Amino acid sequence: MTENPLRSRKAEWLVTLPSFLWLALFFAIPALIVLAFTFHAHTTNGGVGEWSLSTWRELVDPDYPAIVWNTFRISFEVTFWCIVLALPCAYAIARMNKKWRAIVAGSIMLPFWTSFVVRVFAWKTMLHPDGWLQSCYITWLELREWLFDWLPAVAQRVLVWAGLASAGPVDPATSTILDSDTAVVLVSVYSFLPFAIMPIYTAAEKFDFALLEAARDLGAKSFYAFRKIFVPGIRQGIVSAILMVFIPAIGSYVIPQMLGGTDCVLIGNKIFMRAIQNRNIPHASALATLMAVSVLVPLAVAMWWKSRQDARDRKRVETRAARMTEGGAR
Amino acid sequence: MKRSFFSVAVLAFVLAFLYVPIILVVVYGFIPNGISMSFTDARGRFIGFSMKWYAQIFSGHYSVKALMQSFWLSLTIAGLATLISCVIGTTAALALHRWKDRLQSIHHALVYTPLVMPDILIGISLLMLFVAANIECGFWTILVAHVTFCVSYVVMTILARLQDFDDRLVEAAYDLGAGPWYTFFKVELPILMPGIIAGGLLAFTLSIDDVVITSFVNGAGTNTFPTYVSSMTKHSKNLPSVFALSTLMLLFTCALAGLSKFMARAQVPQSKGR
Repeated sequence: MTENPLRSRKAEWLVTLPSFLWLALFFAIPALIVLAFTFHAHTTNGGVGEWSLSTWRELVDPDYPAIVWNTFRISFEVTFWCIVLALPCAYAIARMNKKWRAIVAGSIMLPFWTSFVVRVFAWKTMLHPDGWLQSCYITWLELREWLFDWLPAVAQRVLVWAGLASAGPVDPATSTILDSDTAVVLVSVYSFLPFAIMPIYTAAEKFDFALLEAARDLGAKSFYAFRKIFVPGIRQGIVSAILMVFIPAIGSYVIPQMLGGTDCVLIGNKIFMRAIQNRNIPHASALATLMAVSVLVPLAVAMWWKSRQDARDRKRVETRAARMTEGGAR
Repeated sequence: MKRSFFSVAVLAFVLAFLYVPIILVVVYGFIPNGISMSFTDARGRFIGFSMKWYAQIFSGHYSVKALMQSFWLSLTIAGLATLISCVIGTTAALALHRWKDRLQSIHHALVYTPLVMPDILIGISLLMLFVAANIECGFWTILVAHVTFCVSYVVMTILARLQDFDDRLVEAAYDLGAGPWYTFFKVELPILMPGIIAGGLLAFTLSIDDVVITSFVNGAGTNTFPTYVSSMTKHSKNLPSVFALSTLMLLFTCALAGLSKFMARAQVPQSKGR
């Protein structure tokens, strides 16, 4: 036998090349092109001009910080609601018996068998200003206003400044749920919720529920045990759920375009506008670079956190093992 | 044993939240008035259900021509993209599983990064490539884009399957004198088939549903089903036929899933009998 075919270098290249070339050509190189385009000026006919820093200088435009802040605020809101709803759901599914678990977990993924755009259109029809969801929305706004009036003046000013509340009273005629931030958050939660439930459920399935009973036997209230035992026990699932929701939320552009009206412009919409409608290629590239950074930073933080947690767990096991051998020697 | 009613209540609420729009998609497919999108006439009286949107789809009425064209284009692209990404994905998964050197760690990064990138970034970077290379956007650019984002998902699905793969089977085949091609087709491929099929199904669903990436690389005049639907306005007269077509697709996928479940169940006693 000349050479072990399992370890041959030629075979490795042969098997690696198709996907390697494809992804290098259509994923890595395009990313570099985007980066290179940001250092070019745009030409009036929609092309790419000379090397220059003008595109980056234009990004200081007062519109952009507001758009970036809007994108982050909406993504945080969507992530928050997804996790808050996904935790009890995952808990409930994980406590079911095996047969029901498969049925319910399957039925959470079933809505994906209808086209995403069609579902957004169904929402658009449901959120029509004459519909019942609109009256629910007005009640919600009035409730919020009532709570807002109770807050101290400083807190009110901070909330208004952050765009989380409006100063004036609610006007039912102008505040429609369609074409508002609320519609974007609502439908984004609807679209991303299954992606939040699945990783948390996978983690919860492996969780030892006897621990919760032990906590209750020792006198912990249900919610206290849920918060102190269950949530830390499935934190890995929660972190992946946050990433699964936050990343597409940052990149979201179809939902704000179809439901957000003219006020709700996010980075994604701006990229599409610059790239397709006014054909300013360098500008679109700069915004895309900005978005890539805003996705990669939380990702890096999550990875760093995971490696730190793993190291801490390993250390804890080691010290415990050392203590046990010590005890055995004595 | 104490059960938490609160969590079950939240689950029930979430399931309702997830299903109400789907039910409405089915209901809206029978709407009689496509402009006002209501079941009532001007005086608020109920005027009943209508089958005319289904009739239009099945008779190939001129008003749904563009819609049906985009639908068939979506099916073609999804089919081709699934086929190509399954082939590339299988080789990639085999390479990543068998070798652990510098080349494979770069390869792994290349496969993994598209999964954590928002779709819009993949869309815009491909558009930039086509702009830089002066390629006109159309059918082929959509296909390339779809393969690019599907491959990573296929690789991950097959890699999960490879974790339980007994590598000694391949070594045994080599020891018995089988060549690499023969081993691949007679040993590895049959074992990996469920993983490839699962990855392929995932790729097909992702491809047929994609609107973000496609809207960057489709060029003028080429529309897949999702980009065609998203370009429609709320008051388009064709909206009910979109809902009717979606209901048909939903029925078809449900039937397919039911059939595969039924066939999986029918196969169990057979394999036990052997």
